[in-house]
Amino acid sequence: MIQADLNVILPEIVISVYAMAALLFTVYTGKDKMAGMLVWLTAGLLTIMALWILATGNGNREAFGGMFIDDGFARFAKVIILLSAAAVLVMGQEYLDRRGILKFEYPILIALSVVGMMMMISAGDLMALYMGLELQSLALYVVAAMRRDSARSTEAGLKYFVLGALSSGLLLYGASLTYGYAGTTLFSGIYQAASGHAPLGLLFGLVFVLSGLAFKISAVPFHMWTPDVYEGSPTPVTAFFATAPKMAAMGLLARVMHDAFGGVTADWQQIMALLSVLSMFLGAVAAIGQTDIKRLMAYSSIAHMGFALMGLASGTVFGVQAMLIYMAIYVTMNVGTFAFILSMQREGQPVTDIASLNNYSQAHPARALAMTVLLFSLAGVPPFLGFFGKFYVLRAAYEGGLAWLAIAGVIASVIGAYYYLRIVYYMYFGDDREPLQAGKSPVLWSLLMVSSVIMLAGIINMFGVETMAEVAAATLVN
Amino acid sequence: MMIATLCFYLFAISVLVGGLFTVISRNPVHSVLWLILSFISAAGLFVLLGAEFVAMLLVIVYVGAVAVLFLFVVMMLDVDFAELKAEMARYMPLALLIGTILLMQLGLAYGVWQSADGSQAARAAVAPEGVQNTAALGLLIYDKYILLFQLAGLILLVAMIGAIMLTLRHRRDIKRQDVLQQMWRDPAKAMELKDVKPGQGL
Repeated sequence: MIQADLNVILPEIVISVYAMAALLFTVYTGKDKMAGMLVWLTAGLLTIMALWILATGNGNREAFGGMFIDDGFARFAKVIILLSAAAVLVMGQEYLDRRGILKFEYPILIALSVVGMMMMISAGDLMALYMGLELQSLALYVVAAMRRDSARSTEAGLKYFVLGALSSGLLLYGASLTYGYAGTTLFSGIYQAASGHAPLGLLFGLVFVLSGLAFKISAVPFHMWTPDVYEGSPTPVTAFFATAPKMAAMGLLARVMHDAFGGVTADWQQIMALLSVLSMFLGAVAAIGQTDIKRLMAYSSIAHMGFALMGLASGTVFGVQAMLIYMAIYVTMNVGTFAFILSMQREGQPVTDIASLNNYSQAHPARALAMTVLLFSLAGVPPFLGFFGKFYVLRAAYEGGLAWLAIAGVIASVIGAYYYLRIVYYMYFGDDREPLQAGKSPVLWSLLMVSSVIMLAGIINMFGVETMAEVAAATLVN
Repeated sequence: MMIATLCFYLFAISVLVGGLFTVISRNPVHSVLWLILSFISAAGLFVLLGAEFVAMLLVIVYVGAVAVLFLFVVMMLDVDFAELKAEMARYMPLALLIGTILLMQLGLAYGVWQSADGSQAARAAVAPEGVQNTAALGLLIYDKYILLFQLAGLILLVAMIGAIMLTLRHRRDIKRQDVLQQMWRDPAKAMELKDVKPGQGL
């Protein structure tokens, strides 16, 4: 019994045991001197786990009495989480090391946070959901405040922590109301108890759970923390925030809505649609006035979450598939964009001011071109991959009977294109000032190039992600 | 039966009173003491429910450890609570408005509350026949919910790593105790005895 259960959660166990062993080993040996090596080791392990899940996973398995679900959907999301976490880890190594804030706890906390995300994705029970969420968030609060000499970083960590605790409270309150209605915390039990029309008590629970989760994906009106935390955290940590946790929270949202509240689709569809349209517009409009590229990426991520929510709002299998494709493309774009942001510097100091990108294309034509491809893709301009992501969610919304949402999405994406194109304008047509230098890190360079090449080459067949997402979505929605 | 009902109301009222005064008392030390009253009364309620193990746990862990820790922190930190309260007072009207609306909505939900069919049966976690309360709890935590238990352990580990990472400073300009050096010290080398004659210096 327990043997079979442990077999199902083997990847999570391996990463947790690795984290603990690495912690013990480094504490008794080199401490921070080992940090660089540990970053690469952790990234390697996460990549191996991703490949392992990709190669061996098949079928739907449940463990611990249904509290842990291993299905196609979970595996799809886990592979994205693991790969993006590994990429972001190696991206930040040089940056953190040069500024003397690379601590050996950093890769260990990231690894533990990834375990939390994997638990979230696979949760089949409200309690397991909460445990995964807390494990993930707690590690993130700490890494946000990692640069403890900087008031900004500390503020970011504290703000994230206080607001995160508030959202956890909302989530727990919603979970307890749901439990009060259904008499069980298992998703399958809630699904059975709540079908057809939701009574008021369950609706309250649903709204509270959704609010708590919307905070984690920073959907409007629960987005207030995002710009400050993105700006204050060290840039590699910001890059991490913008990728893996977003995928995890979005996957969790899809899991809870379809597995637990699948019987009352009509009730959460309207909430999702509202969150989606607010996020898209606020993200697009508020980003226009930003001068700091990290703040801009924060608003950009809010807008992108709005689009991903649009897929979920349709409440169909195709909607989940569209959301998965959108998130896969979004994460890839963000890895590339942050590789670029991490390499922005002047005299060895990191620069995040957008106006400082003046004339960048003359000094570094290849980088500027790659970044332009990524920005066009983020804006959703055809023929880049980002356009196809938007196309999928718009189609899902239209087919799900939410034509107004699809139209709003198109308008928001046109508004949003302005601020992405503004960066391109700066890079190519800016004033004649001394251009920025670019870091020499080959890791950043190659990730930037790979990511932008994917944006172009992916339009042929999306590297099979489309069919994988279809299979994954089919296992989730019953 | 009569006594049990009486006890229930006694404990319930003191839980509420304790909670209320925790929030409104001016002196933070008094707040902590009211909190302790609240915990102890809650333990009494647990005893009435027949969950004596949880009741003892509440007394030992919350009253014995957590509340005392609170007391230490409150006494050691020099926080100007009056100033904090003045700051809070500025936002009080808005907070009261939101609080009232939330309360009314929750009252609405409570008024029309209905549970799913069979939720009552699903919720009743009946202890297996012939198994003590404590053992039944153990069966749940270490058997059925072992995954959650282990995850809670990981969360605590993260909290520990985080606390150390954010606060530990390696200071180089201070003297540290070297136990081995102290143990291997040779008194013959460290000390020199001189016979000082009266009226003469060294």
